[in-house]
Amino acid sequence: MDWIHSLRIGAAEELLSTVGIALLVASAWGQGKRDARAITWLAVLTLIGAAAITAPTLWHGVRGPEALAFNGLLSGDAFAAFAKLLIYIAAAASLLVAPAFFEKYRAMRSEYPVLVLFAVLGMGIMVSATNLLTLYVGLELNSLSAYVLAAFLKTDERSAEAGLKYFVLGALASGILLFGMSLTYGFTGTIGFAGISAALSGHISMGALFGLTFVLSGLAFKISAVPFHMWTPDVYEGAPTPVTTFFASAPKVAALTLTMRVAIEAFGTQAAAWQQIVSFVALASILVGALGAIGQSNLKRLLAYSSINNVGFMLVGLASATPQGAAAMLVYLTIYVPMTIGGFVAILMLKDENGNQLENMAYIAGLSRTRPMLALGLGSIMFSMAGIPFFFGFWGKFVVFQSAVNAGMVWLAAAAAVASVIGAYYYLKVLKVMYFDEPVNRVTGRSDMLHEWLLASCAVFVSPLGYLVTKGLTALTMTAAGVLFPPV
Amino acid sequence: MTIGIEHYVIVSSILFVLGVLGIFLNRKNVIVILMAIELILLAVNINLVAFSAFLHDLTGQIFAMFVLTVAAGEAAIGLAILVTYFRDRGTIAVDDVNRMKG
Repeated sequence: MDWIHSLRIGAAEELLSTVGIALLVASAWGQGKRDARAITWLAVLTLIGAAAITAPTLWHGVRGPEALAFNGLLSGDAFAAFAKLLIYIAAAASLLVAPAFFEKYRAMRSEYPVLVLFAVLGMGIMVSATNLLTLYVGLELNSLSAYVLAAFLKTDERSAEAGLKYFVLGALASGILLFGMSLTYGFTGTIGFAGISAALSGHISMGALFGLTFVLSGLAFKISAVPFHMWTPDVYEGAPTPVTTFFASAPKVAALTLTMRVAIEAFGTQAAAWQQIVSFVALASILVGALGAIGQSNLKRLLAYSSINNVGFMLVGLASATPQGAAAMLVYLTIYVPMTIGGFVAILMLKDENGNQLENMAYIAGLSRTRPMLALGLGSIMFSMAGIPFFFGFWGKFVVFQSAVNAGMVWLAAAAAVASVIGAYYYLKVLKVMYFDEPVNRVTGRSDMLHEWLLASCAVFVSPLGYLVTKGLTALTMTAAGVLFPPV
Repeated sequence: MTIGIEHYVIVSSILFVLGVLGIFLNRKNVIVILMAIELILLAVNINLVAFSAFLHDLTGQIFAMFVLTVAAGEAAIGLAILVTYFRDRGTIAVDDVNRMKG
């Protein structure tokens, strides 16, 4: 009986792994362009199915012991469900944009959707982990798939270099995380989050403090927070653009929600010990992200710095260590995912007449006159990222600052708000280049219909129309974030 | 002198630091980096097994088994990526991994 209950909680993961393995076998036979497209669509359908299985958990706000599966190794609670839904959406979007891109390089192979499915499976395990071992296995399943994805365009030397850099630094991050886990295990005697939290209530030993710091550093690597951010621009630039779309959205959601769960469920009784670290990391990420982006001419690098910047704002929510802060972080993530997907899809749509990808800022000069709709879509996303009031991105920043102020960290909110003005400079620079510079008329290639629809829906969601969903979103994020904290 | 838990932790910490330095100070080739990564993971395993024996708790040893398994997969993927990289560039020297600035 217990097994059946556990299997039901892990249903989405079981679906993903079964279909993933079946598609892997199928891809051994189907290597043609049409087979690859068919497998991609099947993978998207699987993600939709997994989302349908997961959604009721969030809707009913499942929490506590009834969510635990496999002797408490996994927790299929509302918080995990919220993160998984975002991950499924992001992964489906990065699957949909892939065929049109890879076919140009004759590199659309059916391994791509299979690897994405396995990465998503790993992320699902990560966000529902309630135990250091489950966390590690999920994280590695995600990372190992991601290393291969980064090097997917074998003929492009930038892609191979991105894969290599991602692999080396990712493996180092896993090592740091593991070292922290081993210390945490040694000094608390357990690897379950609940047990660690109980063992750490009261005084914290030196060894456990080291463990906490190492674990958080390893996770900071994965979410590309300063000072562990240096791999991000290179990997985002070098990886094929659909893969970058994936990296910037789904694994970010998984790693950030995982960090939230570890910080609050496992180390929550020592919040004072990590709050300072997280505030520092948050401010440093906002500043480095904003300043680093200023000199960039490659749009993918620009968005890489922008993602470092955004992670900083989300960590402000975590630094407040309150249910409101965690909910604010989830709101920000929900807005961040369509923003970043829209940004990269817009870059995918920049092609010259031979269909070659253009990534340089110089090529989008005067885009508003040659491709007005594309310029409008990208413009909406840039306004939203800059946090210009009444675009939806502003709401994300607002709730995060509000949570910090309510938690008594006024200085953090004030400093982050000032730093966001620096960030606005380069977002607005993109707009200036598109709308006020002389047209260079290089972006003449036709774009894929699917890309246009994706960009349009992302742009509409982050436009002021997004405020229509704020009420429902607030309620859902409060339910999801409430799971992490003991009931009042 | 009896060997206590602190000796194990000191040895594993030294190995861990050696591994991290191996990644950052190494200027020769990428294979050495792969070896440094293995060193880090083995340092973790020493920690886990030592704590497991010290606490009379099997969890640590099971964890070490998982780490070993994942490390094998990680090494396989790392070498595969390295082969692709070598085919494109014809070199695996660390100083040449610079097509993108950063």
